[in-house]
Amino acid sequence: MSAAPDHTPVMTRPPLALRLEPWLPVLLLPLLVLAGWLAIPSASSWLTLTISGLAMGMMIFVIASGMTLIFGLMDIINFGHGAFISFGAFAGVSVLIWLSALTGAPSLLLNLLALLAAVLAAMAFTGALGWGFERVIIRPVYGSHLKQILVTMGGLIVAEQLIQVIWGPREIHIARPEMLKGAVTVMGATLEKYRLVAVATGLVVFLAMRAVLRGTRIGLIVRAGVENREMVQAMGYRINRVFIAVFIAGSALAGLGGVMWALYQEMITAHMGNEIMVLVFIVVIIGGLGSVEGAFIGALMVGLLQNYVAFLEPKAALISNIGLMVAILMWRPQGMSPVIRV
Amino acid sequence: MLKSVFSGSGPGSKLLIVLALIVFLGLALTPFLFSGTRAMETGAKIAIFIVLVASYDLLLGYTGIVSFAHTVFFGFGAYGVALATQRMGSGWDALALGTLGGVALSVVLAFGVAMFSLRVRAIFFAMITMAVASAIAVLVSQLSWLTGGEDGMNIKIPRELTPAFRMDLEIFGTKITGRVLNYYLVFFSAFALFLLMLRVVSSPFGRVLQAIRENPFRAEAIGYRVVVYRTVATCLSAAIAALAGALFAIWLRYVGPDTTLSAELMIDILLMVVIGGMGTLWGAVLGAAIFVLAQSYLQVLMAQGAAATAALPLIPDLLNPDRWLLWLGLLFILSVYFFPTGIVGRLKAVK
Repeated sequence: MSAAPDHTPVMTRPPLALRLEPWLPVLLLPLLVLAGWLAIPSASSWLTLTISGLAMGMMIFVIASGMTLIFGLMDIINFGHGAFISFGAFAGVSVLIWLSALTGAPSLLLNLLALLAAVLAAMAFTGALGWGFERVIIRPVYGSHLKQILVTMGGLIVAEQLIQVIWGPREIHIARPEMLKGAVTVMGATLEKYRLVAVATGLVVFLAMRAVLRGTRIGLIVRAGVENREMVQAMGYRINRVFIAVFIAGSALAGLGGVMWALYQEMITAHMGNEIMVLVFIVVIIGGLGSVEGAFIGALMVGLLQNYVAFLEPKAALISNIGLMVAILMWRPQGMSPVIRV
Repeated sequence: MLKSVFSGSGPGSKLLIVLALIVFLGLALTPFLFSGTRAMETGAKIAIFIVLVASYDLLLGYTGIVSFAHTVFFGFGAYGVALATQRMGSGWDALALGTLGGVALSVVLAFGVAMFSLRVRAIFFAMITMAVASAIAVLVSQLSWLTGGEDGMNIKIPRELTPAFRMDLEIFGTKITGRVLNYYLVFFSAFALFLLMLRVVSSPFGRVLQAIRENPFRAEAIGYRVVVYRTVATCLSAAIAALAGALFAIWLRYVGPDTTLSAELMIDILLMVVIGGMGTLWGAVLGAAIFVLAQSYLQVLMAQGAAATAALPLIPDLLNPDRWLLWLGLLFILSVYFFPTGIVGRLKAVK
């Protein structure tokens, strides 16, 4: 008869590396900012680039958040998401041009009022479009990824052409509201006012979204739906209704992103949405499909990297983002979401 | 005899045979049937696009993989020829080397992208290829010291293929110039590549691809390495796309980012595959022929429609010749919903 195996439980804290692991994706962001600081010789250009990188990242996040939730909830990949960006931009810019008396006035309040009107109009418009798009384009092809990709691409083609029918084929130039023109100087760095507004807007959207997802009943259902749709249905919730609401909200957010991007570039074309979508795809993949927080971190990383690299080596900007995506996928093949899931 | 030429994957229905025959004879006899350079331009474009679209169908229709990077491989083939002739002069050796270089680079890139994204999640493949395609298009238009940037590059080809070369020969009233020889180089290469692809899809390898399209889990369970088959299909389709690109460059004697790498071209390919019919290479034949002809003639028709309705609101805008993609886009969506097998599938059902 052999002796019982010797069990001596060891009580140690897990090593730092293990405890740090879940937070690594979040830590990547400050690491990237630090790397930028080391690589860029002048501190003032670094600050300028960081702010514009954050502004760009926030805009991409606003667009990507809707798309990633739509995928997470319903397993639907919408290649036509770019159409909502373009439609939002055109609708918002039309309102801004119509309200040019308000945007031209040297009063911050009137300017912001015009901007708010434009944003609300664009969001209402793209939200309504999203509802129609879901009904007509996506509803018949639930469950088949191949058909979804094809049909939403078709929707994108038609939408781009319709924009050109309605607003004409030429690009439209748009001036920023009077008080958002120009820049402020902080510690020798020139920070464009509009970019600060974009950063603030993006942050508000992120925090609001987090509050809704974490603090409300509907947010709970959405999060549960992303985890396990069948179980939520079995509990008696009509997940399809929730999904339509999420789709409309996601489309409206894309419209908001479109208006923000239009004022960032001060020019809009029918193809702008699809051009931005390349970055959005990278962000959604990096963040992990279905993860809002992953998309937030991914978007900021993409925005920062794009701006830093464009400053150091202009031609490598887009390639660097592909490199980032490759690196992240090598590290975590599902994107960063398994760690920080909504 | 024909059966072995088509490797057993013939058109299938009588009507389809007639249509395919019309396309074949039309392309084969273009220099003699129609006068003027425009007809030959259209014919060569159709022949090259048939190969390009069919190679895309190997991926989309036969394997069920959606890639948005097909233009990249097309572009690599074209730029390979351009760079080789720029460095080595206008010899046949330069054409051959450039073509091979383009094909090799395409296969390497396709292998990299496939190994990387097909393993992770199938849906990633579509998004990653789209990002890669856009990055490469931007890169090519920026590296102007190498690729000529937005302006592209003119290509010097052997004198025997240029309009300046004349033979003292006249067939059916058509003078045989280098341009005609070039046309037949394109035509016969395209024909050979198309037959090769028919051979591939009829082979056991092609059957496994279709099994994977229908049910990847089952194919894996039966014992086929799905990732390997998907990767090989991706590389093969990239190589053929690069060959089509090389033909395109030799025919046009010009290569630029807009004509070979743009997102618009990718959308055109997608439209041709889906409207023609996915999962049958004959769909590529009809899709490419109809699309290229529509590009020329639908626009004329729409211009007439717009002129006739000029008094009405909105309708003339919808019929503006520049908006022809709107109607093809609608046709595309309807195709995916109501006849996913495209024109060819419909015709096969008629018998």
